Amino acid sequence: MGPGSRVERVGVSFDSFADFIAMGGHGFYVWFSYGASMLVVVANVVVVRRSRLRCIRELTDMARRQRNTEAV
Amino acid sequence: MTLKTLWHRLGSPRWFYQISRPWIYVLGILALVLLVTGTVWGLVFAPMDYQQHDSFRIMYVHVPAAMVAQSAYIVMGFAGVLLLVWRMKLADMVLATVVPFGMSMTLLALVTGAVWGKPTWGAWWVWDARTTSMLVLLFLYFGLYALRQAIARPEAAARACAVLAVVGMINIPIIKYSVNFALTLHQKASFTLTEAPSMPPEMWLPLALNVLGIYCLFGANLLSRLRLEILRRERGTQWVRDLVLSGSA
Repeated sequence: MGPGSRVERVGVSFDSFADFIAMGGHGFYVWFSYGASMLVVVANVVVVRRSRLRCIRELTDMARRQRNTEAV
Repeated sequence: MTLKTLWHRLGSPRWFYQISRPWIYVLGILALVLLVTGTVWGLVFAPMDYQQHDSFRIMYVHVPAAMVAQSAYIVMGFAGVLLLVWRMKLADMVLATVVPFGMSMTLLALVTGAVWGKPTWGAWWVWDARTTSMLVLLFLYFGLYALRQAIARPEAAARACAVLAVVGMINIPIIKYSVNFALTLHQKASFTLTEAPSMPPEMWLPLALNVLGIYCLFGANLLSRLRLEILRRERGTQWVRDLVLSGSA
């Protein structure tokens, strides 16, 4: 295996949108890979963002409670 | 700032928390631009491979994932050394926070590899040297995750994880040179420092963009996970209390 070095076409590599989806008969493999990659990238960003917001909320509540008890 | 003061400051989670914020935005935006450009270029414009037809486009996601999965492990190996030798607080946080990212990228590399293997080699899975050593990398990530959960005392967990991370570094050169062993279907490296790439620029440029993009994403993700970990571990301190009360955390 290994990508070869012959350039067959310049510019967009597909003749039609249907061609693009079909990926020369390898559509499932290509789109599955890109879908999985997208999922992993987005999940890594979203998971951290959500835990960060939750953590800050908890810490803020904790700090407020503590400030209130100190004030009393 | 001299190197020596930088070294000492790296030991301070508070200082790190303050300086790291803008870097997340810079790296995050760079990652977005590079990954979108590289992916669209690779999917739509890169010329078709004459042997593999369009399944070679899986390369643009498979190779960056596999590269960053190994680099993430190398980062943990170095963090392990820093922790064992200099007992740097931040090093243990790096060790803990790299695991989920590295694990997900290793898994992604294995899954996209399987999906690429089917149309190219005719099999979802082959026990060749590279797939096997990448599977070992995945198990190392699982091990590091499990070890931290299993040990109750944080200092003991930190040291155990550091030792495992450092010992596991042995697997990295094995992955790297596995394609030169006999028992492999993987091709040898297409890019070396000494020779011109064996594919045309229209084909490798999108790959280069995606590789750079995934490293920027790794940087941004590591920094944001580190900042979260700092907040959690320093939750009892006055500076964290002041920070969250001021609303600028």
